[in-house]
Amino acid sequence: MSDDLEKLRSALKAATPDPDPAAKAAAMARAMESFDRHQESEGEARPMSDRPKGTGFPTGVLKMLMNLTSRPALTATASVAALCVGLIVVVPAIQKERPGSVAVPEVAETARERAADASVPEVALSQAEPELQTAPADEEAAQADDVRTLTLAEPAPAPDPAAPAAKMAEGRAGALADSDMDVRTLIGSAPKADAAFAPALAEPNTEVFANEDANPVKSVTEEPVSTFSIDVDTASYSVVRSSLKAGYLPPADAVRVEEMVNYFPYAYPAPEADDAPFRPKVSVVPTPWNEGTRLVHIGIQGRLPALGDRPPLNLVFLIDTSGSMQDANKLPLLKQSFRLMLGELRPEDEVAIVTYAGSAGQVLAPTPASDQAAIMAALDQLEAGGSTAGQEGLEQAYAVAEGMAADGEVTRVILATDGDFNVGISDPDALKSYIETKRKSGTYLSVLGFGRGNLDDATMQALAQNGNGTAAYIDTLSEAQKVLVDQLTGALFPIANDVKVQVEFNPAVVAEYRLIGYETRALRREDFNNDKVDAGDIGAGHTVTAIYEVTPVGSPAVLNEPLRYQPAEAQPELAAEDMELGFLKLRYKEPGASVSQLIEMPIPVEPEAAGEDARFAIAVAGFGQLLTGARYLGDWGWDEAIALANGAKGDDPFGYRTEAVQLMRLAESLSR
Amino acid sequence: MRMETADEDLAQAAAKGDREAFAALLSRHYDRIFGLAFRLTGDRAEAEDLAQDICASLPAKLASFGGRARVTTWLYRVTVNAAHDRRRRQAARTRAADGWGDWEIARRAEAEEAAKAQDWLIGAMRALTPELRDTVALTLGEEMSQAEAAEVLGVSEGTVAWRMSEVKKRLRAMARAEGMP
Repeated sequence: MSDDLEKLRSALKAATPDPDPAAKAAAMARAMESFDRHQESEGEARPMSDRPKGTGFPTGVLKMLMNLTSRPALTATASVAALCVGLIVVVPAIQKERPGSVAVPEVAETARERAADASVPEVALSQAEPELQTAPADEEAAQADDVRTLTLAEPAPAPDPAAPAAKMAEGRAGALADSDMDVRTLIGSAPKADAAFAPALAEPNTEVFANEDANPVKSVTEEPVSTFSIDVDTASYSVVRSSLKAGYLPPADAVRVEEMVNYFPYAYPAPEADDAPFRPKVSVVPTPWNEGTRLVHIGIQGRLPALGDRPPLNLVFLIDTSGSMQDANKLPLLKQSFRLMLGELRPEDEVAIVTYAGSAGQVLAPTPASDQAAIMAALDQLEAGGSTAGQEGLEQAYAVAEGMAADGEVTRVILATDGDFNVGISDPDALKSYIETKRKSGTYLSVLGFGRGNLDDATMQALAQNGNGTAAYIDTLSEAQKVLVDQLTGALFPIANDVKVQVEFNPAVVAEYRLIGYETRALRREDFNNDKVDAGDIGAGHTVTAIYEVTPVGSPAVLNEPLRYQPAEAQPELAAEDMELGFLKLRYKEPGASVSQLIEMPIPVEPEAAGEDARFAIAVAGFGQLLTGARYLGDWGWDEAIALANGAKGDDPFGYRTEAVQLMRLAESLSR
Repeated sequence: MRMETADEDLAQAAAKGDREAFAALLSRHYDRIFGLAFRLTGDRAEAEDLAQDICASLPAKLASFGGRARVTTWLYRVTVNAAHDRRRRQAARTRAADGWGDWEIARRAEAEEAAKAQDWLIGAMRALTPELRDTVALTLGEEMSQAEAAEVLGVSEGTVAWRMSEVKKRLRAMARAEGMP
């Protein structure tokens, strides 16, 4: 060895410091933690042909869900029975698609278990995915390091529209009517799990979907009144999107038309200053797919309070930093998402951060939103590790929130989690009522889900419903942008609770009608006036759309033969110019109020040309129906839907409508 | 008892979920990982950080160990790759920080002689490209044979030999610039 090399060698050796025992201990501790986690998650990370049997699955969540739903399920036996009927009715349709692979559940309970079961592999898949996206080309590269040091500048968890995106339920307050929804959510989650799971494993599909069958055409003489709860959920659209982007058509039962229509913001006329918090607009327009019918388009625009007038916000971020949050699409994405959101806050808003993992702790004392540096620094320091002590964290978050609350301010706890809410909950019912109590005292709860897992959707929605909040799913940065930036105001400021819609059709004008979508939101006619029956909420600036297809009396498009033994009923005498197609009634409660208000308006007979928003909503409704069999669409197909949507894109500042057109084109190709 | 077990057996046991085996393996080799991390980065804090991340990532990598190589070779490879990866990321952030940039150890040096030697070392290491530095860290720092270093770096033995002759050339050029024989 030359002298130069020898000199370099000894200098190098001399310069190398002795390892610091503390650093060594810390490294060892982290390694052991990682080792333990790895042992736990191994079963999930590699889906095998035989299903994982509860290994690593948050059984606490499962148990909690059972408890959350069993009571309402028992009290609402009628609705469960109805669901069972729905299940059985649905079966033949599925058998067409997947011959010989469908088992008929005996009771709703079975289906629920299946839903739970099916979500396990899906969790596993979504966990494996970020590694595919972010793992450096070099197999040996330090992945843990990757996860820890991801920043906005790096491409790793970038907005990937192909990643399964599921933006979940907004504005569902919990109570009686939700018993249906809970069961529906659980059972309804099966299609999603199936969608992500089935193509990955060529395993015979044994799932049973339990979406409601499409609303049938109803005869006005038999059933003149249609009642439903508004629905601002958008989850179904995200599921459809992720399926199509993954290259297959979504299972028909994963498609809920109203959720697809309501995914998009519309610019309906805003309410006047002193009016109700939202304003309905009804128009009758020609049906693109049937010359013999018309569409009744009901657009509800929630008031967007002048931005300057909005009350100061007190936000407590309750962040799950358990070990399972380490994936790139969880904690790192959460940090990025909150960074985006901080830009939307005002100097007078306040932010506090509480974490829970193992033990709960306040990471950031209430800090004015103007001090972005301090908030960001606190966010940056969050690291995943340990197990989850959800209840303790929640209690601490509420305590912090109550310390921040003042008159005229809106206080909200924002729980960010992957749903691994399994340690420390000894009594789920107590947790639920705890959240309810806090809601009544004015502190709301919203839930942001990160990563995917369907059973967890249900938990989080149950929590958010009881907290009068929204549950949103964020698995890409663009979804974070939509939820936390573009539509932040709607998510944080509810303007009307328990909004119900009732339409009475005039049998002198309308022979038949069908409601497009809202199958899972149907209410009993008598529940419209019952203020105890819960329904959907509208947030600031939200728009809600409902579309009826109606067949005028005497139209050749009438499907139901007139009854032989029913006499034509006496109609109220209305002059031709006063003729109404029907009558629209809406009930809502001011936030916090227990008595509902009523809005009424007649539906005009004369059709008008559809505006841009209405045309786009109709195109999306057509899209949803094409995905579910298009029973009533005749020859109207993908080309027509695409043309209609393309002609109604409008400004589309966020590109949502453009994306929808792309999805339709994709669906057209896939359905050939 | 554990300490007598061969590295390879410990690694196999750890891969099968033996917690104690994993702990034993780590405690045996942490110093080695840290040492190499330091020689690759030239910064104590950076090396500690890197070593910790490597340790945390090992459980996931155990499966890929598979007993085909010696544990030490495998660990060296993991370390070198992790350092490469970190360097790549840092390069995106700042050009300057590709290792052996900030020399903190110099401040610790008490004897002037030592300080001088370290100044020389910094100068020498900075005069080398990252590839050459890695090769130096393995062959001189870890006293590996060229064949072993080649295995860790995933290059041919000839490449290592060529790199070392390149290192020699640069050192000589440096010495000439300093006016020494």
